Amino acid sequence: MSNGLLNKVGIPRLIISLFLAFLVAAAFSYGLPMGQIFSAMLTRFGMNSLLVLAMIPTIQAGAGPNFGLPFGIICGLIGATLAIEMDLRGFTALFFAIGISIPLGAFAGWLYGLLLNRVKGQEMTVGTYMGFSIVSVMCIFWLMAPYSSPEMIWPYGGDGLRVTVVLDGRMEQLLDRFLSFTINGMRVPTGLLLVTALCCILLWIFMRTRTGLAMSIVGSNPRFAEASGLNVNKYRLIASTLSCAMGAAGIVIYSQSYGFIQLYQAPLYMALYSVSAILIGGASLQRATITQALIGTFLFNGLLVIALPVANVAMDSDISEIMRVIISNGIILYALTRKEVGGDAR
Amino acid sequence: MTGIARLEMRGISKQYYGNRVLKGVSFSLGKGEILSLVGENGAGKSTLMNILFGMPVIHATGGFDGEIYLDGEKAEIRSPEEAMKLGIGMVHQEFMLLPGFSITENIKLNRETTRASLLSKIFGKPLRWLDMPSMKTDARVSMDAIGLGIDEMLPVKGLPVGHMQFVEIARELDKKNIRLLVLDEPTAVLTESDADKLLEAMKILTNKGISILFISHRLDEVMAASDKIVILRDGEQIADTRPAETTIEKIAEIMVGRKIESTEMRGRPVESIRDDYILQIRDLSVAMPGETVKTINLDVKRGEILGIGGLAGQGKIGIANGIMGLFPSAGTVRKNDKPVLLNNAHASLGNGMAFVSEDRRGTGLLLDDSIEFNIVATAVQVQGKFMKSGAISTFDSKSVTEYAKKMIQDLDIRCTGPEQLARRLSGGNQQKVCIARAITLEPNLLFVSEPTRGIDIGAKRLILDHLIKMNREEELTIIMTSSELAELRSVCDRIAIVYQGMLEGILLPTDSDRDFGLMMAGEYHKFHGKEAV
Amino acid sequence: MRLFQKNIVPILFIIICSIGFYYSGLSWMFFANDLLTRLARNSFLVISLIIPVLAGMGLNFGIVLGAMAGQFAAFITVVYNMTGIAGFFMACLMSIPFAILFGWLTGILFNKAKGKEMITGLILGFFANGLYQLVCLIFIGWIIPISNKSLLLPSGIGFVNTLDLKIWQYAIDKFYVFRLRGITTPVLKYLNNINFPVLTLIVVAFLCMCVYLLFRTKLGQDFRAVGQNRHIAEVAGIKVDKVRIIAVIFSTVLAAWGQLIFLQNIGNVQVYGSHVQVGTFAVAALLIGGASVSKATIGQALLGTVLFHALFIVSPLAGKNIMGSAQVGEYFRVFIAYGVIGIALALHAWQRLAKKKNE
Repeated sequence: MSNGLLNKVGIPRLIISLFLAFLVAAAFSYGLPMGQIFSAMLTRFGMNSLLVLAMIPTIQAGAGPNFGLPFGIICGLIGATLAIEMDLRGFTALFFAIGISIPLGAFAGWLYGLLLNRVKGQEMTVGTYMGFSIVSVMCIFWLMAPYSSPEMIWPYGGDGLRVTVVLDGRMEQLLDRFLSFTINGMRVPTGLLLVTALCCILLWIFMRTRTGLAMSIVGSNPRFAEASGLNVNKYRLIASTLSCAMGAAGIVIYSQSYGFIQLYQAPLYMALYSVSAILIGGASLQRATITQALIGTFLFNGLLVIALPVANVAMDSDISEIMRVIISNGIILYALTRKEVGGDAR
Repeated sequence: MTGIARLEMRGISKQYYGNRVLKGVSFSLGKGEILSLVGENGAGKSTLMNILFGMPVIHATGGFDGEIYLDGEKAEIRSPEEAMKLGIGMVHQEFMLLPGFSITENIKLNRETTRASLLSKIFGKPLRWLDMPSMKTDARVSMDAIGLGIDEMLPVKGLPVGHMQFVEIARELDKKNIRLLVLDEPTAVLTESDADKLLEAMKILTNKGISILFISHRLDEVMAASDKIVILRDGEQIADTRPAETTIEKIAEIMVGRKIESTEMRGRPVESIRDDYILQIRDLSVAMPGETVKTINLDVKRGEILGIGGLAGQGKIGIANGIMGLFPSAGTVRKNDKPVLLNNAHASLGNGMAFVSEDRRGTGLLLDDSIEFNIVATAVQVQGKFMKSGAISTFDSKSVTEYAKKMIQDLDIRCTGPEQLARRLSGGNQQKVCIARAITLEPNLLFVSEPTRGIDIGAKRLILDHLIKMNREEELTIIMTSSELAELRSVCDRIAIVYQGMLEGILLPTDSDRDFGLMMAGEYHKFHGKEAV
Repeated sequence: MRLFQKNIVPILFIIICSIGFYYSGLSWMFFANDLLTRLARNSFLVISLIIPVLAGMGLNFGIVLGAMAGQFAAFITVVYNMTGIAGFFMACLMSIPFAILFGWLTGILFNKAKGKEMITGLILGFFANGLYQLVCLIFIGWIIPISNKSLLLPSGIGFVNTLDLKIWQYAIDKFYVFRLRGITTPVLKYLNNINFPVLTLIVVAFLCMCVYLLFRTKLGQDFRAVGQNRHIAEVAGIKVDKVRIIAVIFSTVLAAWGQLIFLQNIGNVQVYGSHVQVGTFAVAALLIGGASVSKATIGQALLGTVLFHALFIVSPLAGKNIMGSAQVGEYFRVFIAYGVIGIALALHAWQRLAKKKNE
């Protein structure tokens, strides 16, 4: 019985949960401002959740976690920078950025999906390096692109856009502040959480339409799908299109909450962090649910938020970045070396 | 035969999970003799060979009963390495050759001759130099012994299959202690002239005192080559004979013969089913690996149960897979006089045809999804059933659960409920889920392939009974493909036998064992042709 | 024509490098000297990739762990102040146990993720880097005491960012530097005034020879057999898992030495950076030399190193002269590294899929 429970929760998820609980207890005993910490956890959760949810379509369609998420992310960055270039502010800027990002991201995802269909079985490796490549191509783009908004280019000359673009007064924390309230010193970023909930509901509905169901059939057994008259490649294509579109919108939401747009090398490892979050939530390389994505996002980001102040007090050094690297890559390694259940050997 | 036998197998029995696949097989093989093992697929030949070769699969499933003697000494063979040490060589059905290596390197694979190097004195054997010249000489010797005259340094990639087969034999021959050679269907991939050469090479080997265990479906070869013939059926050794004492017809008869009473045959007389064809197959070819269909012409009557039989690899499995669009196919198939669009699973499913695949776990099921989703998945996608109506149509889980409960009851699927994962079900219940999925499509023509493979007897009966019930009550035409002839004879109205990708003939369940045996071995027309003269 | 097709990748890069060289406006002497130095210091890291490729494990991104092993050994020599050529060889020697341990662990991991070795190696590199930082940044000075405080951060915990390796910089590079002079033959005269770090080149050549000879032994034959088909090798009685682990251990040890050769030329260790890109750059270089995921030779490794580093030398200046920004060149060469790997992997997966379909 206890064994069954352990299997259900999963060893990594259990360890991370216990660790998180331990850190919360430690933070409490050190007398750290818990309200601030909890609201930071909620914010980080909201910021990242759409980027993690973006993993679901490709996992469900059998293409594995989307290591090519940067294809979507850069589209989101283009959308966000265009909004500033056009001197938009407030919700106009946000909606404009998202409105541009989604079709761009979908298109990039479609192209990326065409590639994925030709490299079945090696999606992860190819996706990772294609993601890295596109990020470095975009570095050249940021350097050369004819942006002229003074908020984005270097003030005293120098080529191209700044490494980080401040969103102050444009759309900084727009969603976070929407309907936000404070209880016990904990600020709840209501708007951000509402948007997260909306994304979850939309994704949930989509996964229950005929197309969504077909995608999941294709992922769990491509041969079954073929025998049921489904075009496997078509649904994989839809999945990567959807995933990259979500990634594009996700980075805009992330940036507004963060208050900065990070350009150049910043998106390089973002896919890895999203992948590890969903894996921590208990997903495998073949199956993932919305709940797993949400739990994973909360655990992973919660841990990072709380580790920083606790480590600062406890050992006077910044261990949180190191921990992030170890945990995120450790969980991916764990998933890679697990015996595959089902899966397509072709 | 005088003196001690080279190989003696005494009372070999083997169970897989309570399923007895070998029941007390005993035979002996003398020095320099050729013994042929004959039997249908699933008769137990490969299990016997796995036992002889000490394959891990045998020992992982609880070992076997009985004793093996080699040259009078009791042999305990627990691994392939031990079998090799004892001088048993095996040429597998699929080639065990590395394409990027030369013939020499393949012949000497993992038995390379080496010379000491400076480092090998410190770090041991792995760092010894390869002694290529001496390896070449060795390879040459064994190649010459079987008359393979090509350059020993040619890469294996690009060699004709015939030569690859010979390289395999040369490799076994190079093992200096070789006493017994097992050839598992070596001629299946060869042309007739290559096969003849192989038989000659076998004679050369026996002249050197090597004994050969020969497995083949080509009965004429068996008759020509062997000293002894052992026939297996359902794991039992039913005959032990010599070519001089028997005929091909006799072998064929014993091979398939099963005591099946005419009362067990539930097929109806041919006359009772009208010549009204639901499906007409013309020149169908299907590129299904291992089950290639060359050209099939076949008419299926409305309302009948048609069986398709034949040995494994002859193409019987390919027919249903081709028509259902799962493997590339060509030709014309007309259903109710309208052409069926080939190579399009969606079109076939939309045309009132449904398919229960022989590859249950690979193609038939979503193992990690619930029973209810398995049952409705295809109907959802093909016919849009079980979806709520509305602007955005979503999955209607409530009606699905209700429907699944009904199917679970109808087909007696033993499970904890409709939400149970398909993976957790037993083979028989998984098969029932597959059938439930097919009939959810409400087809008028149902293909069922290997419906009872790997299923316990109770479930077997139930499934066959249900098929007959649907056929009789709902006038569902059924095309049932099976390797088990007895099963086909008990259920079908007519049985088509496929040999080498072509229709060998159509028999009635009541026809003789001999005819079935000859047809499956592809000898039917030879014999009946002769009789006519 | 077939020769051309077969070597399309290196030919393409020769053209790119030539154009880059032309626009960079670099002098031949500077270019050639720099290239030769880089060839001497980087080629061995690339060569360390060959064995796993031939053993069928693809491009071993896990050589990052080998580089770490080398660096740990280097730290020890710095802490105990072992100088000169003896210090360098001490470092090589001490890197072996680290590298064997890391390689063994990597091999076990790869055996658990058969068919996914490359992504596993890549992620393992990131993961190991986290552990490495944990050791160097947190444990050093806290759990592992270091007497020489000048090596530590002001807080007394963790190594400083840059450790000086002056104690054995150029240990083998400067041993005998050969410079050609006075050649008048038309083509060969370009070799004038170029410094040949003779001992380094000899060491590299010797190690190349060893790798070459390794494939003439029984072990090498096993590597190749396992690389072609694990199942057939297993049936022939070869202990596949063990052979694969040995292949990774060899690769890791060679990478550790490669990293040490690299460091002795550079003369310092970026404690938190020197090793990070080792895997990516070595893999990219090997692929540019015309190797693939399943085939690689020493020649391809050397040619790839030359071309990749030629690109490195010329791209900032060429970028500046063509696009008006040196940064463009920097990013361009990063893109080339990633892009070449991405395309090579995609092509490999594609071909494998096509081949499977044909069977």
